[in-house]
Amino acid sequence: MTNSQNGNGEPAGISAVISDFGPITGPTSGPEMSDILLIGVNHKTAPVELREKLAFSTEETETALKLLHETPHINETMIISTCNRVEILMVTKNQSLSIETISSFIAATKSISLPQLKKSTYIHSGDQAIAHVFRVASSLDSMMIGEPQILGQLKEAFKFAVGKKNTGLILNRLMHKAFSVAKRVRSETGIGGHAVSISYAAVELAKKIFDTLDGKTILLVGAGEMAELAVEHLTRNTVSGNLLVANRTFSVGVELANQYSGNAIRLEEIPEKLKTVDIIISSTGSPDYVITKNHVKPTMRSRKNRPLFFIDIAVPRDIDPAINRISNAYVYDIDDLQGVINENIDNRNAESIKAERMVDESVIKFTDWCDSLNVIPTIVALRNKLNAIADMELSKTMQTLQHLSSSDRKAFEKMAESLINKILHDPTLFLKNPGVHRNKTVYLDFTRKLFNIDS
Amino acid sequence: MASILFIIILLYLLSSAGYILFLFAQKEIYHQLSYRIMMAGFVGHTILIGVEFFRIGYLPAQNLHQTLMFAGWSLAGVFLLLKYRYRLNILGVYAAPLTTVIMIAAFCVPAVAVSPTPLFKSIWLILHIVIIFIAEASMALACGTGILYLIQEHAIKSKTNRFFLKRLPSLEFLDRTGYTFIITGFTMLTIGLITGFVYAQLVWGKFWSWDNKEIWSMITWLIYAALLHGRLVAGWRGRRAAIMAIIGFAVLLFTFFGVNFLLEGHHDEFTKW
Repeated sequence: MTNSQNGNGEPAGISAVISDFGPITGPTSGPEMSDILLIGVNHKTAPVELREKLAFSTEETETALKLLHETPHINETMIISTCNRVEILMVTKNQSLSIETISSFIAATKSISLPQLKKSTYIHSGDQAIAHVFRVASSLDSMMIGEPQILGQLKEAFKFAVGKKNTGLILNRLMHKAFSVAKRVRSETGIGGHAVSISYAAVELAKKIFDTLDGKTILLVGAGEMAELAVEHLTRNTVSGNLLVANRTFSVGVELANQYSGNAIRLEEIPEKLKTVDIIISSTGSPDYVITKNHVKPTMRSRKNRPLFFIDIAVPRDIDPAINRISNAYVYDIDDLQGVINENIDNRNAESIKAERMVDESVIKFTDWCDSLNVIPTIVALRNKLNAIADMELSKTMQTLQHLSSSDRKAFEKMAESLINKILHDPTLFLKNPGVHRNKTVYLDFTRKLFNIDS
Repeated sequence: MASILFIIILLYLLSSAGYILFLFAQKEIYHQLSYRIMMAGFVGHTILIGVEFFRIGYLPAQNLHQTLMFAGWSLAGVFLLLKYRYRLNILGVYAAPLTTVIMIAAFCVPAVAVSPTPLFKSIWLILHIVIIFIAEASMALACGTGILYLIQEHAIKSKTNRFFLKRLPSLEFLDRTGYTFIITGFTMLTIGLITGFVYAQLVWGKFWSWDNKEIWSMITWLIYAALLHGRLVAGWRGRRAAIMAIIGFAVLLFTFFGVNFLLEGHHDEFTKW
């Protein structure tokens, strides 16, 4: 939006607000044309302390949505708030005013100074905003590229906004497109294909040893955050299965076992239990090996060589690496798992190039749709203007032709109407489809100026 | 006939290429396409053997050319069936090229004239041949599954080869599927040997004549029996079972071809060329 267009009753100083935020990426729209606008912070622009402060709770989201719903220049809104991003997505008729509304609202409710907020905020509009939403949904903008949670969070946020009647034609379509782009990216690229966290990597490996994790018994030795996370992921992949917890302090083991409806055992029982368990996750603080080759070798016979998978996330290590040399026993320590992860991360980054292309394709399609939306209001405005002129001229003429019968008057009116139709026919066709390589918005803008529609 | 055989080989070759492409690119469509191409080849192959069967009036497995044709046919058939049942798509990387190689060998070996005897028409002989070939095809697939198991086990143990780790199914699945193939093969082998004994009784008047082929067949049977016994009693799973499946198939191949070429026995004429 140029400054000259700001003169239409907007308070002074808005352009200053925009310039404080830095440039808006993407086109700025003219008045009467709805545009998609996105204001937000994410892990790349804001440190965790700021993101924490900015995060919207459910109640806060509800209040904000209600407020934005009542704001006249904002048509549609939704709020995305996760631990890595806070974004407000809207359809607005007035970008600069909306930016001011949003930023002052956030600054007030979150008690953050405007300059501090502005430093970390990014603003996208039009196709840039569309691309951003698609990239977020496809997990291309995530801290860990390809992580699957963001899509669910986005769906939740959208559902919430729909429930509050804050979304409309444009956002509904935008979000549905975003979900289908995300789905396509997930199924056609390897972006979410391989584990990129220790616990996921452990589950992935377990699935390469065991056909299914159902009915497998997991033994957790020692308690630690990472071990618990691995147990959580493993148990999430099983419908039925047992969990045993062995801990130096028995009471801690009992507590943890209860948490996952498992059983606690004493450390001394481990060699005996090796006969029945399938997966061992170890993370004790012990300086020596907790399980050695001599523990495992004799049990393989009574196990009838059923595979045994050791996941050692302790440093120093708990599991004797020599166990890996026993047939049907597999040992992965933290470095091995890290190696798996690093390779997967490289793969994901390579796959994200493919994903970006898919996003670009979808953005072009969506922008086309948005443009076609803007054609209609222009044509309607044009028609209204011509109708107004015709009405005025007709009534002037009719005053001097009082002797005409009502059917004669009808004939004049009809003629005026068909003149308008004939005049508008070609411009309408042209505006709807100005040709493949021509930018529709340019012609729309030109038409509005030519007929002085926006005055 | 030669041109039809050529087309069949071409289809198998195309299917092999598709499966190899699948190994690298991991696109579902490749193995689905390869499976269908192989199916087309198999249908042509079946027609070819069927026509020959009706033309000469006995099962065409009486010289090396025919034997190889039949071996390729049974391998393709058993693979198509078992792959449909067990969904071990990646095994096509082994089965399709193996079938192709057997068929190319059959193409290269000239068909020598067979002097038919009424004995060829015995139902026991037909059953014996068909069942033994199905058994051998199952064992070939068990061997292939064993190879895949060893590759995957090495990938997991060594922690360096992520190429196969990603592409091959889980060890437990490979182990269980290989076991199923061996059970199928062993059952067929047992029935096949029994029909062979019955046929021998009808032709030579005795079930067992200490022929090299008979002795080696028995050795092969005992190896697989030991493998199954070991699995049930001592829990020979995983690596050991995979190695046994490979050794078993090597011995079986020797019984099938080696005995005829290197030793003398009463099956010699079937591999004449």
